[in-house]
Amino acid sequence: MPKRIVAWLDERFPFTSFVRHELTEYPTPKNISYWWNFGFLAGFVLVLQMVSGIFLAMHYEPTTKGAFDSVQYIVRDVNYGWLLRNLHATGASAFFIVVYIHMARTLYYGSYRAPRELMWWVGQVILILMMATAFMGYLLPWGQMSYWGAEVITNLFKATPLIGEQLVYWIRGDFAVGDTTLKRFFALHYLFPFLIVGVVIIHLIGLHHVRSSNPSGLNLAAKDNIPFHPYFTAKDFFGLGVFLIVFCGFVFFAPDFFLSPINNNPADPLKTPPHIQPEWYFLPFYAILRAIPDTLGGALAMTISVIIFALMPFLDHSQIPGGARYRPAYRVLFYVFIVDLAALTYIGAKPPEAGWILAGRIATFVYFAVFLFLPVLSRLEERWLVARGLPDELAELVKPRDRRRTRKERRTSERDRRIPTAPAG
Amino acid sequence: MLASLMSGHEPINQKRRVLLRNASLIVGGAGFATACWPFARSMYPTPEAQARGITSVTLSHIKPGDSQIIAWQGKPVFVVHRTPAEIDAMRNSSGGFDPQNDSQRVVEPQWLVVVGVCTHLGCIPNRREGGWLCPCHGSQYDNSGRVIQGPAPRNLDVPPYKIVAGEQLVIGEQA
Repeated sequence: MPKRIVAWLDERFPFTSFVRHELTEYPTPKNISYWWNFGFLAGFVLVLQMVSGIFLAMHYEPTTKGAFDSVQYIVRDVNYGWLLRNLHATGASAFFIVVYIHMARTLYYGSYRAPRELMWWVGQVILILMMATAFMGYLLPWGQMSYWGAEVITNLFKATPLIGEQLVYWIRGDFAVGDTTLKRFFALHYLFPFLIVGVVIIHLIGLHHVRSSNPSGLNLAAKDNIPFHPYFTAKDFFGLGVFLIVFCGFVFFAPDFFLSPINNNPADPLKTPPHIQPEWYFLPFYAILRAIPDTLGGALAMTISVIIFALMPFLDHSQIPGGARYRPAYRVLFYVFIVDLAALTYIGAKPPEAGWILAGRIATFVYFAVFLFLPVLSRLEERWLVARGLPDELAELVKPRDRRRTRKERRTSERDRRIPTAPAG
Repeated sequence: MLASLMSGHEPINQKRRVLLRNASLIVGGAGFATACWPFARSMYPTPEAQARGITSVTLSHIKPGDSQIIAWQGKPVFVVHRTPAEIDAMRNSSGGFDPQNDSQRVVEPQWLVVVGVCTHLGCIPNRREGGWLCPCHGSQYDNSGRVIQGPAPRNLDVPPYKIVAGEQLVIGEQA
């Protein structure tokens, strides 16, 4: 009977061929490590956030009078409401952790390089949508930190030339963050995850066209690929099990680990808490914002610090494929960047006092210097690696650099490095 | 053994492979099913809402021959203080086409307690001499809440209730 149903379906919808093409035959490099698990985990957390969020929305009340109490009502009275709320709050942090690791893997192994630039950019769009969703969601519990975070960040738009003030009022729907703001943030917080799902589908279609990168940075021969199912479905689900153990540890035993205790106070528009800071996942960008002693400059630096990742395919000039694994200088730069990010996170949580302001400026300088230094460094490194002698499979990919090469020739050599699009199987 | 595994010489043990796969699917499936429970349960009335399912009222102000409508679980409940004549009339009849003895429908004969929702399509019948008339499709009920004329298919429902010390009516809890 199931066979007949599938046959009926296949005549009208490419069910079997889809499963075969995207799962049971989809060739995946056999050497990808657990660092390649995090895209799947991000997808899982996205679904978890949407499901827990929809169930929370059934009990939540988006009004300045009712919001704070309705969250307490969810935690205390609704059946398993505490679990829904802890899943959703911890899930937000988990989402950023897995996505940041996913991005770090992309940077470390050079997965953003041709032909995967577009995937990287689509991923950037997902990150920005995620940040907007997280920011708006953080207002909903209507605590002190929720309120003042939203007040400060919406105020940033005041730096826009000419229309600044009107823009801020337009975003808030009032002179200050209030009932109108809360209602529209709730509506958009519900909407944005569905936009993310749409962009994730584009991300996945792109992935299945260019295929997964792998630690070597080389395009593997067909014999070095194995079908996604069952090999990587099993591996991804095992990784999910490990992830869930850690995740549930936080949900059940430390649900407020990532939360600010100040947010247990209801929002008070007449009193700013002594020290305000965003959630941990925004801290590096917040530190950059504070490092610049000018509203417009700070807002610009913060925006650029988020979207500068999109430039990576242009900044990396090396002809040596892949990322840090076979490129020592790039590896050093990667770790400098990670340490600098950690420093910015730490500084972002500190009060804006003399020493921390200076530290924030140095770390901000390093942050941007890493990107600006990459074109020079990648060329120097390539020259050094070539002079040292490359293994055969790399040597044939590296064309001698010649300033007089025509644009057309350069394009051809670019194309040689791309993987074939015909199925490898 | 590890060496032979790594060199790929050991033949694939299909039985072990199937067992491991099925065990993983069962554990994972059970985990998923259990994880669904809190989500489904969160949609069920909260303990507070369930507590609101019990309504308690004092009966002393309802005079013989009078009736009152009380809200219970969002539904109207008719409470009638029946006179001895009314009780006798009801005891001598078994109702209409859903016959039932009056004694089966009351705890104490002077107090009739029925859910005031017409069993036809859910309208609220109006009180009139000798019983109720539903304004929607003309169903008629007697002073025991029994249907005496259609289209209602059965008698008005009797909610679970108890009468404490002869004057405190608790709807939602059986004695």
